[in-house]
Amino acid sequence: MLVLTGISKSFGGLQVLDAVTLNIPRQGIFGLIGPNGAGKTTLFNIITGMLSPSSGSIEFAGRHLNGMPAYQITRQGVARTFQNIRIFREMTLIENVLVALAERSRYSALHMLVPSSGYREAVAIERDSALELLGRVGLAEKADRMAETLSYGEQRRLEIARALATRPKLLLLDEPAAGMNSAEKLLLMDEIVKLGDGGLTLLIIEHDMRFIMGLSSQVAVLNFGRLIAQGTPEEIRANGAVVEAYLGSDDEVQKQIGKRS
Amino acid sequence: MEWLESFWPTYSTLVLSVGTNILLALSIYLTLSCGLLTVANAAFMGLGGYAAALLTMTAQMPLWIGVFAGGLLAALVALVIGRPTLRLSGVYLAMATLAFGEVVRIFILNAEQVTGGALGLNGIPQLTRWYDVAVAVALILYLLVRLAGSRVGRTMAAIAQDETATELMGLNVRAYKLFAFVSGAGLAGVAGGLNVHFTFFTSPNEYGFERGVEILAMGVLGGTGSPWGAVIGGILITLLPELLRGLGHFRPMINGLVLIVIILYSPKGLWHWLRFSRSNSAPRRV
Repeated sequence: MLVLTGISKSFGGLQVLDAVTLNIPRQGIFGLIGPNGAGKTTLFNIITGMLSPSSGSIEFAGRHLNGMPAYQITRQGVARTFQNIRIFREMTLIENVLVALAERSRYSALHMLVPSSGYREAVAIERDSALELLGRVGLAEKADRMAETLSYGEQRRLEIARALATRPKLLLLDEPAAGMNSAEKLLLMDEIVKLGDGGLTLLIIEHDMRFIMGLSSQVAVLNFGRLIAQGTPEEIRANGAVVEAYLGSDDEVQKQIGKRS
Repeated sequence: MEWLESFWPTYSTLVLSVGTNILLALSIYLTLSCGLLTVANAAFMGLGGYAAALLTMTAQMPLWIGVFAGGLLAALVALVIGRPTLRLSGVYLAMATLAFGEVVRIFILNAEQVTGGALGLNGIPQLTRWYDVAVAVALILYLLVRLAGSRVGRTMAAIAQDETATELMGLNVRAYKLFAFVSGAGLAGVAGGLNVHFTFFTSPNEYGFERGVEILAMGVLGGTGSPWGAVIGGILITLLPELLRGLGHFRPMINGLVLIVIILYSPKGLWHWLRFSRSNSAPRRV
C-alpha cells in the first residue's frame, strides 16, 4: 500500500535518513522502532508531505506522493497524529473533530450564509458523525469540553479521533502511548487492534516495546537514518544488530567499563 | 425630536465614522481570525476610497457603483500581492504588508494627475447617508457571523491555532488564508469608499502607518474570536477619543493608557472577556 524507495533526507550536513526502502502492505499493524534521533518522525513528516525528501520516491496506493502538498496527501487517505500533541487546544472536542470533517462536507457557500433546513440537516449529520468518532476513542461524553482540559492520554485519543475523521486508509501514529499509564495503554491497544480489524493500515512509532511488539505483525528498525532490520516481532527480538543499536555492542560496553576504571 | 435636530449636524460624521470603522475592524477580523498579522488594510481602504471618489466625481457614477468598484479594486490588488506575501507569517508578514501600505501611499502621492497628489481630492460629493452605512454594516455583519459559525469559520480558527495540523486534516490552508486576505481587503475598500463620501476631502496621509495600526487596534481590542469583537473594537476606538475630549492636552495620553489597560486585562479582546469572564470557561455548544 505504501512503498518507500531509497528515501534520503539531510538537513545541511546532517544525514537524517539514508536510502530507506520500506514496503508497507495493505491492512495490518506495522511497527517502526529505533533509538532517539534515528529519523522515525522525519520519515513520518516525509510521508505526510510536511517535508520533502532529498531523494527517493513515495508511492501510496499506486500514486506518487512526491511534491504533492500535504493537504492533498491527506485527501489520498494518509492521516497522522503527532509526537508533540497538536490538537486545537482552544476548541471543544467536537469542534476539533468537525475541523477534520470539514473537507468532506458538501454543503456550498450559499448554504452557509442563508439558514435553511437542508443546511441544518447537514450540520446535524456532521455533528453526529463527529460524536460517533469521539465515541470510538471513548470521549463522546466530553464532546463539549475544551480540548485543553483533557488529560495527556485523552488528548492523544482525541488526536486519533481527529485523524480518523479524514477517513484514512493509512494511519500513522507517532508515539501514541507516550505519557499514558498502563491501564490507558491497554485500552489504546484494544482500540488500535479494532482499527486494524476494521480494514485500516497502521504504521506506529513507539518506544514501549511491550506495546509495539504486542501489536505489530511486522516491525522495522531505524538506526542513524538507516533501516537495519525488518521482520516479525520475534525476528526483531533475536536480531543482533537491533540489540546492538539499543544497548551498544560488547566492544563499546567494554570501552565504557574500561574508561570508568 | 428636537435634540436630534441639533445632534445630527454636530455628530453625523462621528456616527458615520463609527459605521465605517466597524467595517474596517471587520476587515482586519477576517485576517486576524486566521492568525494572520497584516497591516495593509489602511492601504486597501485608500485604494477603495480613491477609486470610489474618482468614479463619482469624474464619471458621476452613483455611490454604490463607486463603493463596489473600490472594494473590487482593493480585492484584486490583494489577490495579486497575497499569493507571494502570504507565504510569510508572523512579524515578517506584518513587515511585508506594512511596506506594501507605504508603496500604495507613495503611489497615490505621486500619481498627481489622477489623485491630486499631496493635496488630495477635494469636493467629493457627500453621497453617503446614514442608511447606506447601516445597510452595509448590517449586511456584512450578518454574513460574517454566519461564516464564523460555519465550517469555514471553524477552519480559519483552526489555522490560527495550528496551521500544520489544519493542513494535515486535508484542508488547503493557503487557499483559506488567501480568501481571508482578499475578502478583508475588499471590505476595507468598501469602507474607504463609504468614508470618502461623507468626509468631503481625502489625502494620502489618511492611509498611512497610523491608520493601519489603528485598524489593527480595533481588531485586537475587540477580540478576534467573533465578528462581534470587531464591532466592539470599532466602536470603542472611534468613541474613546470623543469621550475623553474634556481632558484637553491629556487626551492622547489617557486614550493610550485605556487601551493598554484593556490589553493587559483582556488579552483575548473585550468580546472574549464579556462572554467568558462571568461563566468561567463554561462549556460551549456548537
